[in-house]
Amino acid sequence: MSSNSLPMPDAIASAPHLTGSARVLDTLHDWVITVDHKKLGLMYIGMGLFFFLLGGIEAIIIRIQLLFPLYHFVSPQVFNRMFTMHGTTMIFFTAMPILFGFGVYLIPLMIGTRDMAFPRLNAWGFWIALFGGLLLYFSFVGGDGLYGAGNAPDVSWWAYAPLTSRAFSPGHSTDYWTIGVLLSGFGSIASAVNFAATILCLRCPGMTLGKMPLLAWMYLVMAGLVLMAISPLTAAQIMLLLDRYLGAHFFDTQAGGSATIWMHFFWIFGHPEVYILILPSFGFISEMVPVFSRKPIFGYPIMVAATVGIGFISLSVWAHHMFTIGMESYENAFFVLSSMAIAVPTGIKIFNWLGTMWGGKIRYELPMLFCVGFLFQFLIAGLTGIMLAVAPFNWQLHNSYFVIGHFHYVIVGGILFAIFGAFYYWYPKMTGRMLKQKLGLLHFLLFFIGFHLTFDFMHIVGVLGMPRRIYTYEPGRGWEYWNIVISVGAAFQALGIACFAINLVWSYFQGTRAGRDPWDGWTLEWATTSPPPVYNFAQIPEVKSARPLWDFKHPEDPDWKYL
Amino acid sequence: MFHLVPLDALLARFSPTNIFAPASTPSDYLYKVALLSLAVTGAIFLVVAGLLVYVAVKYRSRPGDPSEPLQVYGSRQLELAWTVLPVLIVMVLFLSSARVIHAVQDAPKPKNAIEVIVVGHQFWWEYRYPQYGFVTANELHVPVSDPQRPTPTFMTLLSADTTHDFWVPRLAGKTDLIPNHPNSMWMEPHKTGLYIGQCNEYCGTSHALMLLRVYVQPRQEFDQWVKAQQQAALSPESLSPEAAEGRKVFERTACIDCHAIAGTIADGRFGPELRHLMSRETIAAGVASNTAQNLRTWIQNPGAFKPGARMPAMGLSDQELDEVTAYMMALH
Ligand code: HEC
Ligand SMILES: [Cu+2]
Ligand SMILES: [Cu+2]
Repeated sequence: MSSNSLPMPDAIASAPHLTGSARVLDTLHDWVITVDHKKLGLMYIGMGLFFFLLGGIEAIIIRIQLLFPLYHFVSPQVFNRMFTMHGTTMIFFTAMPILFGFGVYLIPLMIGTRDMAFPRLNAWGFWIALFGGLLLYFSFVGGDGLYGAGNAPDVSWWAYAPLTSRAFSPGHSTDYWTIGVLLSGFGSIASAVNFAATILCLRCPGMTLGKMPLLAWMYLVMAGLVLMAISPLTAAQIMLLLDRYLGAHFFDTQAGGSATIWMHFFWIFGHPEVYILILPSFGFISEMVPVFSRKPIFGYPIMVAATVGIGFISLSVWAHHMFTIGMESYENAFFVLSSMAIAVPTGIKIFNWLGTMWGGKIRYELPMLFCVGFLFQFLIAGLTGIMLAVAPFNWQLHNSYFVIGHFHYVIVGGILFAIFGAFYYWYPKMTGRMLKQKLGLLHFLLFFIGFHLTFDFMHIVGVLGMPRRIYTYEPGRGWEYWNIVISVGAAFQALGIACFAINLVWSYFQGTRAGRDPWDGWTLEWATTSPPPVYNFAQIPEVKSARPLWDFKHPEDPDWKYL
Repeated sequence: MFHLVPLDALLARFSPTNIFAPASTPSDYLYKVALLSLAVTGAIFLVVAGLLVYVAVKYRSRPGDPSEPLQVYGSRQLELAWTVLPVLIVMVLFLSSARVIHAVQDAPKPKNAIEVIVVGHQFWWEYRYPQYGFVTANELHVPVSDPQRPTPTFMTLLSADTTHDFWVPRLAGKTDLIPNHPNSMWMEPHKTGLYIGQCNEYCGTSHALMLLRVYVQPRQEFDQWVKAQQQAALSPESLSPEAAEGRKVFERTACIDCHAIAGTIADGRFGPELRHLMSRETIAAGVASNTAQNLRTWIQNPGAFKPGARMPAMGLSDQELDEVTAYMMALH
């Protein structure tokens, strides 16, 4: 491979030089009207971090209230709003935007193109999602109409019927929830179309589907899942609005509607949603683990097959969230089987990551620390998931703190650890600066300790019979000590997050310069400058394998010789 | 010497709602399949986590070695192995789950089973005993089941408003009470005693205070309890003057729109049946013990015990409160 097939152009300073407030306004204007995937990616990530802060504050309030039995830190009304907003915020306005942000930023770079397929749609998706989030939070002041006290939604993030009907949820808090999430769903669908079109149509010359980075595969499958899964939720939310305002009776049980239909709609969204969040995280892990183990991903084809398999199977398991609603025994058995089936491709992935590390020379940089944390915690999350898929065991565990422990293992121990890893890994590309190492280590340690204090012990109180979504509990149920430990863990996590936040800001100004390729990486984003110029690559690159920079750096032993 | 305390009692000491202290046939089934899945997943954990630690330590890069390791792209045999093995493990778990699902869900109802209709309300429980023809609330009584002559309790689960969930971990797995969607569950307790639990599906403001109490009694005691519940309310003549005044207040105000006291004009269905209120140890779904003081406080301001309770503060005068409380105290 000749060296000029991988151009590494320098950025061209093309912006006119302005001064003072004109410059600030100009920059702001630039960001508002931009259709550049990199700016939009950063804005998505910024939006996610902003809502992460809000969702985190809600979590802390929940944990203070549950510190002691019969404690009165907040009223039950406030508590119920806190867990509703915490769940809704973290899923729709934190995890989704951050993951979409990384995707929007990275995918065009990694597949060697200049932007997303539909740059304007990209911008639209972001702004509509942001608007949805702001609308949801506006409910704190506007939920009862502007005259009354604030009233955020309190129907839980599942918004089970008939709690959402006007009989049980007067005022407008439920409408803020419905419309806020509905809008974010529109944004997600727009982005999914865009991801699919970009990945399918804009890959650089030579990059067949079998040679694109695994991250692109994961986002492609994720995009398919978004289209399949968000649409039913959107439909159900429109039906809910019809129920509430136009006298329809889809979910209105008092007029013969069905509460279980909402559950089906919600979970046929809700389960794939987990994979919508975890697939991009798998993508991050599949990029970082090879680079820091200094080996190619083990079993690329089977990783792709497992991802596609997960995508399909995850559409057929939703009712494992509904084992207690009184389905027939054969229905329950079916959903046990399908849920168990998904453990197989997931297991394959874990083994393949281990296979990648095996025989490598693992460099424990910060991203890799988070990857190892991910692997350990995701393993446990998968195993508790298998327990929950055993329907008879589920009849005890469902809706208990065990479930809360389980899915926070997935979402925090898995997804969030992968996201933190991704920050340490790609921040240098995005800003041109490395994140501070010592502060990053402190972040890792505090967060790791906090994570385990909080979520490990949730499994135990769950087994001891503590249900989720209770604002208080009586003494003498054997839950007291565990709840203190759980809340202390939350404090550790908050400290860890503080280190992270400081690091993000401080390193932006003070971090050491990263250069193009600080990790000795192999995918195309490392071929351009950090941060990349608006047009990404002066000349569209051409590749021969999934690791073009490996081929470039090792002309004597390139991947394409073997694959 | 290690068997002084039976295991389930020991486990129940950690918590009266410990799922690993079953005291009834279905919860015992669940317990066993839970142990199996714990053993299987525990073994997988040890192997894979062990592997992870081994790999993470063994293959760390050594300082001063800039060379790249051997580039390996995969191994068909290995990948096949870690596809097939999980399939087998998963099949074992599926089959044992299916067996227990069938055993619990498709269990035939014996002729001498006790039948109870449970109706979930925001935030209390209504219990109807159709075989015995009475209605009560918040404290469920069932007979202990003799393995020789099993008398399980079969329950039909309904909801009057939002979705609730019946969960008494030591007696049975949980089942939802969903409006327009009748469900059923059963339990067959082996040991007498009081078993507690609570609503396990978020149902509104005071979801957390919708507690469950199940009294498992020897058969004789249970039959006596049934007889007492079937008795008519006290006649007006047998009430103390204060209680008689209280009855008048009760029947004059909206109390009777929501509460029934069989045998009187009170026939509301929105709140708990009160005919034998004093046979209950607690009020408001286990939230407070059933004392004169608590009753008075409750009637004066239900929100003091249970924020968001569906019973309004009625604005009674102190005297009326005393009288109504006296009437309540007479409802044996
Ligand atoms: C609007 C309907 C309504 C009215 C009117 C009403 N109640 Fe109630 N009452 C309820 C409901 C609902 C509950 C159950 C509350 C809970 O536990 O969440 C209840 C509970 C009770 C209980 C506790 C029963 C138990 O077993 O736990 C008593 C005692 C009681 N009410 C007495 C009265 C009296 C006396 C009045 C009149 C002064 C009255 N109620 C008026 C609805 C009503
Ligand atoms: Cu699921
Ligand atoms: Cu309830």
